[in-house]
Amino acid sequence: MLLTSPALEPARLRQEWGWELKPEGLCRADVCVPLPSEARLADGTLDAQVVADRLAMPLVRDEAHDLWALGPEGGGRALHSADMPQVVLPDLDGNPFDLATLHGQKVLLVAWASW
Amino acid sequence: MRDELHPKGFELVTVALDTGGPEHVRRWIEAAEPTHPSLIDAAHELDAKLGVVNVPTGVWIDEEGRIVRPPEHAEVQRSMFHDMDVPEDLDDRLKAMLLAVKRIPHDPELRYVAALRDWVEHGAASRYALGPEEVVARSRGRSPEHARAAACFELGQHLWRDGDRDAALPWFREAHRLHPDNWTYKRQCWEFVSPMMQGPSEEFEGDWLSDIEAMGPERYYEAPSLD
Repeated sequence: MLLTSPALEPARLRQEWGWELKPEGLCRADVCVPLPSEARLADGTLDAQVVADRLAMPLVRDEAHDLWALGPEGGGRALHSADMPQVVLPDLDGNPFDLATLHGQKVLLVAWASW
Repeated sequence: MRDELHPKGFELVTVALDTGGPEHVRRWIEAAEPTHPSLIDAAHELDAKLGVVNVPTGVWIDEEGRIVRPPEHAEVQRSMFHDMDVPEDLDDRLKAMLLAVKRIPHDPELRYVAALRDWVEHGAASRYALGPEEVVARSRGRSPEHARAAACFELGQHLWRDGDRDAALPWFREAHRLHPDNWTYKRQCWEFVSPMMQGPSEEFEGDWLSDIEAMGPERYYEAPSLD
């Protein structure tokens, strides 16, 4: 997840990685990770570094370009559950396609490359 | 296969892992004339979200959006390379590449496709549809270094696509260093500087032929366990 500042929108965190901000902290399925008060910024965003540390996600900064990338959780497995994460990707014409629109069908997703 | 199975409630979604974006992949997709969603993942997001490290990789998702088979090598068609003779007069590097490809394990019976058909037919009752704990257990391990590699690759691809190629290179190299088994990160980059051959370059460590020979082509794909 690319950020242009070290502040994270809770809605983006929920959509991309399934963590929901609640009074108890960040929660996903049966798990809640408490957040220190300094994680919650005045404008409703979250301190990306604090969140990254608590969730074991890498936060990598490119200082020259004012860019940060928040990566997936490390130290476990690629999948934390069998729930398909949100995947919205463009088609050839740039129109975004949400995989969730295929609910009701069995889906084979094939990742391929011309290289 | 897709058109045959679609009336039974099946859909195929193909995702091109291509930082080159629509323009790089357009002619491939248009040539295929797909009737199914054909998407483009320029950031290799599927690596970060699902644990994809090579292609072709398949994931099975049921009607409720649950994964019933995690990312696995998806052999959905015969590779022509395995049956191909090696021309004597072929360029040395090409010959070595072809010989390496021939050592990559393949399944002439295409059992992955047979398993898929069984699932389309029988749904959750298919023995090939896995329960949630099994799906998680079979998914790839992701170390902190692998996770950091994904973040580095994300920065690299963004800068590359923005036109700042020099700034992208160190991020790509770091992704390769942190996750050496991730073939999508490496092959994407080799392709940029050495199209088709994915040969040695100044920009990146290694090359396809050297790296696959070092690993042993027999280990290039992990065959799905279809018991």
